[in-house]
Amino acid sequence: MAVVYKYQGSFMDRLESIDAFRKLQNRLAHDHDSSKPTIVIPAGTCAQASGANDLIRVTKRELLNRGLTDRIGLRITGCHGFCEAEPSVLIEPSGTFYPKVDVERMVRIVEAVAEGKVLNDLLYVDSSSSRKIEKQNDIPFFKKQVRTILARNEKVDPIRIYDYIENQGYNALVKVLKKGEPRWVVEEVKASQLRGRGGAGFPTGLKWELLANQRNGQGKYLVCNADEGDPGAYMDRSVLEGNPHSIIEGMLIGGYATGANQGVVYVRNEYPMAIKHLMIALRQCHEMGLLGKNILGTNFSFDIKLVRGAGAFVCGEETALIRSVEGKMGEPKQRPPFPVEKGIDGKPTAINNVETWANIPVIIAEGAKEFSKVGTKGSSGTKIFSLVGKIKNTGLVEVPMGISIKEIISDIGGGPVSKAKIKAVQTGGPSGGCIPADRFDLPIDYDSLTKAGSIMGSGGMIVMDENTCMVDVAKYFMNFLKDESCGKCFTCRKGIQRMYEIVEDVSKGEGTLDRLALLEELANVVKDTTMCGLGQTAPNPVLSTLRYFRDEYVEHVKNKHCPAGVCKALITYSINENCTGCTVCVKSCPENAIFGERKQPHRIEPEKCIKCGACKAVCKFEAVTVA
Amino acid sequence: MITLTINGLEVSVEEGSTLLEAAQFYGFPIPTLCHMEGLTPYGACRLCVVEIGEGPKAKLVSSCTYPAQEGLKVRTASSRVLKARKMILELLLASCPQSKVIQDLASAHQIRQQRFRQEHEDCILCGLCVRMCKEQMVAQAIGFRGRGEKRSIGTPFDIKSEQCRLCGGCIYVCPACQLRCTFTEPDKAICGGCANLSPPCVEKEPFDDMMCYMQPCVACEIKKD
Ligand SMILES: Cc1cc2nc3c(=O)[nH]c(=O)nc-3n(C[C@H](O)[C@H](O)[C@H](O)COP(=O)(O)O)c2cc1C
Ligand code: SF4
Ligand code: SF4
Ligand code: SF4
Ligand code: FES
Repeated sequence: MAVVYKYQGSFMDRLESIDAFRKLQNRLAHDHDSSKPTIVIPAGTCAQASGANDLIRVTKRELLNRGLTDRIGLRITGCHGFCEAEPSVLIEPSGTFYPKVDVERMVRIVEAVAEGKVLNDLLYVDSSSSRKIEKQNDIPFFKKQVRTILARNEKVDPIRIYDYIENQGYNALVKVLKKGEPRWVVEEVKASQLRGRGGAGFPTGLKWELLANQRNGQGKYLVCNADEGDPGAYMDRSVLEGNPHSIIEGMLIGGYATGANQGVVYVRNEYPMAIKHLMIALRQCHEMGLLGKNILGTNFSFDIKLVRGAGAFVCGEETALIRSVEGKMGEPKQRPPFPVEKGIDGKPTAINNVETWANIPVIIAEGAKEFSKVGTKGSSGTKIFSLVGKIKNTGLVEVPMGISIKEIISDIGGGPVSKAKIKAVQTGGPSGGCIPADRFDLPIDYDSLTKAGSIMGSGGMIVMDENTCMVDVAKYFMNFLKDESCGKCFTCRKGIQRMYEIVEDVSKGEGTLDRLALLEELANVVKDTTMCGLGQTAPNPVLSTLRYFRDEYVEHVKNKHCPAGVCKALITYSINENCTGCTVCVKSCPENAIFGERKQPHRIEPEKCIKCGACKAVCKFEAVTVA
Repeated sequence: MITLTINGLEVSVEEGSTLLEAAQFYGFPIPTLCHMEGLTPYGACRLCVVEIGEGPKAKLVSSCTYPAQEGLKVRTASSRVLKARKMILELLLASCPQSKVIQDLASAHQIRQQRFRQEHEDCILCGLCVRMCKEQMVAQAIGFRGRGEKRSIGTPFDIKSEQCRLCGGCIYVCPACQLRCTFTEPDKAICGGCANLSPPCVEKEPFDDMMCYMQPCVACEIKKD
């Protein structure tokens, strides 16, 4: 524990100059012993949910009991991305990785680290080769990634600003302050070809230039958009939780470049840990003179306030976000005027996504040229995706732009979970679309995804296999959007309700081909006639599934049959000759719909069956079939 | 002054005008529903969409909210606009068939069918009443709440508003149903000008359910005697 409070005496002393900052950084680097073994435990929201807190407790206890606190370091960090393997533990500097650690294993790991050993039986096993892999970087999931942003989560404890500073943190800010040319910063960001990671992919440098060109005077705003409302997406949360200082540094640089003096971080209240870590980080920055008046003794002043949103999807939209920050109802407004002319309280405002901000210090530190080497021509850098659904390795993956979908799914994601073949991925959340398996060589960048009828979006990537019904997918997203539309535009509110109605009819076998045509016609009108991005993209899930999986819709309509066996109204559960009469299914059925003598073939009473699938899930003999 | 092209005609309008104002000034008709002179444009009904821009960048925008911009090319009756307009009217008719305003608009645009499941909604959430109450009556007695399917209009906590001036302005501007408040006794309600066979008030029981925010209702009080 002594290690942790080493700098308590000087902790939070205000840094009055750039030199003072450098001195502190040098001292931290000097005191740091990189050969000292350190146990790194990721404890983001996802890891905590799978038990990381117990590991932390046990590790602390073991280190204390064995008197190892001086010899072995412990770092609690944000999410590293491999959610499938959580709770996991990483040992530095060796890079040894232990997946799915429990309390007993943790005790053994502490022991092993103390003795400088590796526990072979706990190592990660690669499922395709059945090979044991020791080092994190050799695991296929990590190997193909380029983890510019996420790897930094491993290096810092988010509530310790010294961790961040020691790892080159705030160096980019110092570089910018020393150079003293705001225009240079804008040019550098422009040259990096960074495009906004929040969805639309607007060139960040250009946005900043527009803001910088606005007359100064009454003040300008910078906003970090951390509303992240796409179902299944959590990359922004992980960055905020795991490395809040990188966002603060990005915004400070943005403020210097554009002449803005007030920053706002807009976070949804459902992200308590992100809010907590950010508040701690902001306090530390204030105390150390990295935020507020005369930052590091220069004449640059910038402040950041935190605004919590109530978690409406539409509040991620720029103009709705602005109204929400102003304390009004989160409802989009007509653009133009664009926020960059008239934003919060009528003042020029530039809004960027969390991940966009996290990239800024990287660009400044390593230079625009170096940064734009990663990725493709129109889309530079890396993008974090949350890979979820019917895939073996779920988690956050950070990949260079231009990588193919196939590489993400097969190499990083490890392929399908079961025997069922993967048939599509859904990108871009509710605003996005599905891309079928035969187009998986598509390189991932803003333009090619849009051409394929989907969008990059903020980074959700949901994998679907043969057991996923595309009509059901469209229905899911329409259901989500009909609650999340702000409701102002008649065509968005009613149009989505009507699309849901038709898709639901199809899923019940009550659709007709005429109604399918009507669905398509309506979808195109909704796209055309709505005010904000929500309405304009809301039909995408319907249109893209109709485009690539029309035969599934037609099958529902014509033959009243759901090929994936998902749509409840169209399927029946029955028991085939594989049945051994083990009676396990009988106990699982909530409706007592299964009959049969022990050791005799069983039978499902169709009248009583509610199609919950509980019997199929428990049967060990594949005797329950869906048709 | 700003110069722009509407349907091929080059016109100039004052800075700060909307596309709707520009088009109306030069005599190009655009149907509207949630727009009313004297109230801030809101852009809720989308009926007033026009097409702007060219080539792949062409798009539809609501003319009542979109500002006139230098050099803009506007089409108020392109096939894309007409198609959208018809669909919007069809949707309106499907949700609120009892409204005389909607019936007239639909008829004027040759809407002969309605392919969605029939609904009878009291309100199309055009927001005219809210703006009327706030901007002309300076009362702010009613407002929007909720989002998506749950969006609705009412007084805070749905209790009688201290702010309400009992002016009836909200009812006067409502396009969804001008008949909701013909009388206190449903069976005596007389149908106004339109051919509604079943005025919605008649079906309403009890009276509190009506989209009438006044307690007591001025119109009803007068008609009672
Ligand atoms: C309905 C809707 C929801 C959005 N949600 C988010 C969000 O959760 N996070 C985000 O960064 N951007 C979101 N956006 C995009 C923002 O409007 C905006 O484009 C973005 O924050 C700009 O930042 P960027 O240029 O860094 O991408 C959303 C847009 C729409 C239309
Ligand atoms: S498109 Fe939908 S979410 Fe956007 S302003 Fe209109 S109703 Fe609201
Ligand atoms: S009657 Fe009341 S609610 Fe209606 S406009 Fe007048 S003041 Fe507003
Ligand atoms: S009550 Fe009438 S005026 Fe008010 S929003 Fe509804 S339809 Fe419009
Ligand atoms: S009149 Fe313009 S949107 Fe209603």
